Amino acid sequence: MIRILKFSFADLARSRWSYIYFAFYLVLGFTLLFLNESLGKAIVTLINVIIVLTPLIGTMFGTMYYYNSKEFTELLLAQPVKRSTIFLGQYLGLSLSLSGSLVVGLGIPFFVYGITKSGEIWDFGLLLVAGFFLTFIFVALSFNIALSNENRIKGFGYSILMWLFLAVIYDGLFLLSLMVFNDYPLDKASLFATVLNPIDLARILVLLKLDISALLGYTGAVFRKFFGTQLGLVTSFTILILWVVLPVLRIVRKAKKKDF
Amino acid sequence: MLSFEKLHKSFGKLHVLQGLDLEISEGGVFAILGPNGSGKTTLIKSVLGMVIPTSGKILLDGENVIGKWEYRENISYLPQIANFPANMSVKELIESVKGLRQKKSNEHDLIALFELEPFLDKKLSNLSGGTKQKVNIVLTFMFECPLIILDEPTTGLDPLSLVKLKRIIADAKDAGKTILVTTHIMSLVEEIADEIVFLLDGVIYFQGSLAEIEEQTEQSSLELAIASILEKEKA
Amino acid sequence: MKHALAGFFFLAFVFFAPTIFASPTRVCQTCKKRTIGEAIRQAQPGDEILIAKGVYYEKGLIIDKALTLRGEEGAVIDGSGKGDKTILRVEANKVTIENIIFRNVTKNHVKDLAALKVHKARNFEILNSTFENVFFGIMIEKSKKGRIEGNRVSSKAISQGNSGNGIHVWHSSKIDIRKNEVWGVRDGIYLEFVKKSKIIDNKSHHNLRYGLHFMFSNHDEYIGNEFYKNGAGVAVMFSKFILMRKNYFHDNWGSASYGLLLKEIYDADIEYNVFERNTIAINTEGSTRINARNNRFLANGWALKVAGACYKNIYTKNDFIRNSFDLSYNSKLNDNLFLGNYWGSYTGYDLDRDGVGDVDHRPVKLFSYIVNKTPESIVLLRSLFVDIINFSEKVSPVFTPDEIVDSKPAMRENNAKL
Repeated sequence: MIRILKFSFADLARSRWSYIYFAFYLVLGFTLLFLNESLGKAIVTLINVIIVLTPLIGTMFGTMYYYNSKEFTELLLAQPVKRSTIFLGQYLGLSLSLSGSLVVGLGIPFFVYGITKSGEIWDFGLLLVAGFFLTFIFVALSFNIALSNENRIKGFGYSILMWLFLAVIYDGLFLLSLMVFNDYPLDKASLFATVLNPIDLARILVLLKLDISALLGYTGAVFRKFFGTQLGLVTSFTILILWVVLPVLRIVRKAKKKDF
Repeated sequence: MLSFEKLHKSFGKLHVLQGLDLEISEGGVFAILGPNGSGKTTLIKSVLGMVIPTSGKILLDGENVIGKWEYRENISYLPQIANFPANMSVKELIESVKGLRQKKSNEHDLIALFELEPFLDKKLSNLSGGTKQKVNIVLTFMFECPLIILDEPTTGLDPLSLVKLKRIIADAKDAGKTILVTTHIMSLVEEIADEIVFLLDGVIYFQGSLAEIEEQTEQSSLELAIASILEKEKA
Repeated sequence: MKHALAGFFFLAFVFFAPTIFASPTRVCQTCKKRTIGEAIRQAQPGDEILIAKGVYYEKGLIIDKALTLRGEEGAVIDGSGKGDKTILRVEANKVTIENIIFRNVTKNHVKDLAALKVHKARNFEILNSTFENVFFGIMIEKSKKGRIEGNRVSSKAISQGNSGNGIHVWHSSKIDIRKNEVWGVRDGIYLEFVKKSKIIDNKSHHNLRYGLHFMFSNHDEYIGNEFYKNGAGVAVMFSKFILMRKNYFHDNWGSASYGLLLKEIYDADIEYNVFERNTIAINTEGSTRINARNNRFLANGWALKVAGACYKNIYTKNDFIRNSFDLSYNSKLNDNLFLGNYWGSYTGYDLDRDGVGDVDHRPVKLFSYIVNKTPESIVLLRSLFVDIINFSEKVSPVFTPDEIVDSKPAMRENNAKL
């Protein structure tokens, strides 16, 4: 597994796209800090970028990487290596290199601007953790889609649709249904709906730190318990982990049965 | 050494292997022939575990290998299309595959034989089709394996390299290895094959020597023999 | 002869000095006076009573003449004995209480029992004393010209109905409340019908209800105070001409929690205050002629939440930074002016480089309107979808009113130094 991981990692480390992605975050970090003058404001701007972009990049790269390395995967399949090892190795290699780009690319500018000595270090850290999870989740989801679709145009289409759905449409429907069922108590339902979408979940995780004062403005008891105690943090983390583990398990299961 | 028992494989509605039974004895070159879609590649990929059979058994030295992976230690495989990670160099690729097998390898002789030294540090995406195929051959033959599977090995090779490849195959045969080849080049089959396995509609239509197939079809060459079989089937 | 006269004066000085200079009467376990009550009863107006270190279990004490009651280090008056009584009651002018620890006041739902009650007195001083485990701490009624400085008032209040206020002032004027710290009570500082008073440099925190609470009080000012982690920060209700300056309101969290609540007030000035991490920084209900300038709103849930009819309020040169919502309203804002504020969420530009944005800023987001109607939708805060609808609303406003606009948004923070 380590060998396959090294394989994909080495392959990606030489890929132009990894550098572009890394450079993008580097430039983004410096630009935000330059324009905003304060770490706190830069972090707030960064929320949107992370919440929207890491899933998109994870999805695109995941699908692209799967299809592009298909022939090589076949070469690996003929080697004395377990199937699950091959796919997990590739998955981890890609996810780690993407999240590495994120952490290092943003870490450098924020470090230069003194994040380690500021009070915002935890906000920033939590943001990176959210980005880290989203990368792992969306690479896993896109691998799933690619594994189930031989046709790469279809695979790409489904992946982008999935991203669009989870990043935008889901929240639209969510908001719409909240407004339609306004007369009912909705706090449990809205928390539940949040948890079902990894992007929302990662967003909530960040809000817990950055917008807790607003979140506590709502009167519902379940809300108060979720956001006012450690329960929110623990639940969010647990479910994020599940969001990684379940798609990865499906990759393994699907890979075992698939013909190449 | 390798045998198939009632092997079935369907891709959706397409029933590619329909209860195939086949016995491959140890040592020699076995040419697997058949028209397009007859199940050659599916058969080969089943041996390698790349295609999971719907039912049946594949026995390697008496042991069923379906769903296992360790046995591939003893198989070398030359895939039809050689496509490698674009960003790796030839050297890195060879080192990586060596890392997977952890077995003695003689890639240096093969690199010298195919004159690949100038390409070792080049990225694989920059190589021509023929050169890629040579790298592919190096990767296949650098390990000592009792079973070698070649899927269209001649694709893109120049005549000189083809001669070299034939010599390597001959050497392997002399060393007592079992070699499975699929190809559309009948002259190659006539030259190197000890036994011919003819697949049609997912079952073995014929298995025997070159002489036997020519005799059975009353034709003077393999090409004509095959053609006559296909004619007869159509009619 | 000259010498004899000098000797006489010397003797006279020695014998009569105690009464002329009123040297303090000491209360202690081994002194002539063992209880504070006894010392007070026997004292003459203008006397000073010094209480030695030790715990005195006394309550229902009444000072009815001008006295100074001073504690040595560790002098404690404990009210935990039997009977529902205030520990000490002041009913005379010119009384000074200093450096005494008051402890344990009985809770009573009929009588408002306090550690120290000042009733119809003038020119009193309450200095550097400690009030622990009180029901009410310091209670001032119908008094004038008092100074309450450097005290610490605390309790362990659990429910509002079962607790009193830290410093409670009623029907009084010209009271100077300064440098006190109050925590763990219902309202930290409570003022009702109080005029011309100053509340300066106090700290009020972890109180069940408000850190500071004004009711029907006019012409008062509070400056340089810090209010945090209170049930609901500061409430100013039914009052006029209140000056609020340089206070720090922070970390007041909860569904009905604000930094500052303004309810039915007129002519207030709110300036140079910092509001940080409150659920709502300023919640305004039916208030008129409020001047809010040079305040800083940092990382609050809502910086300004406006309900009910609010007329002629002016918000200038404030900074709105990293608030989840800068402004939310659920009624008409009439004649309210926003001018020259710095909005962290401003996306315009300043081509002529005069420090004023060239494009108007609309501080009300569509999403804040949605959250008003459907509170649960707060979980969608900062999602892409919400950004998209906010953006489209900004481009072509449908729901948000045209008149709420800052036509001269500042490009730089106005009050970065606060």
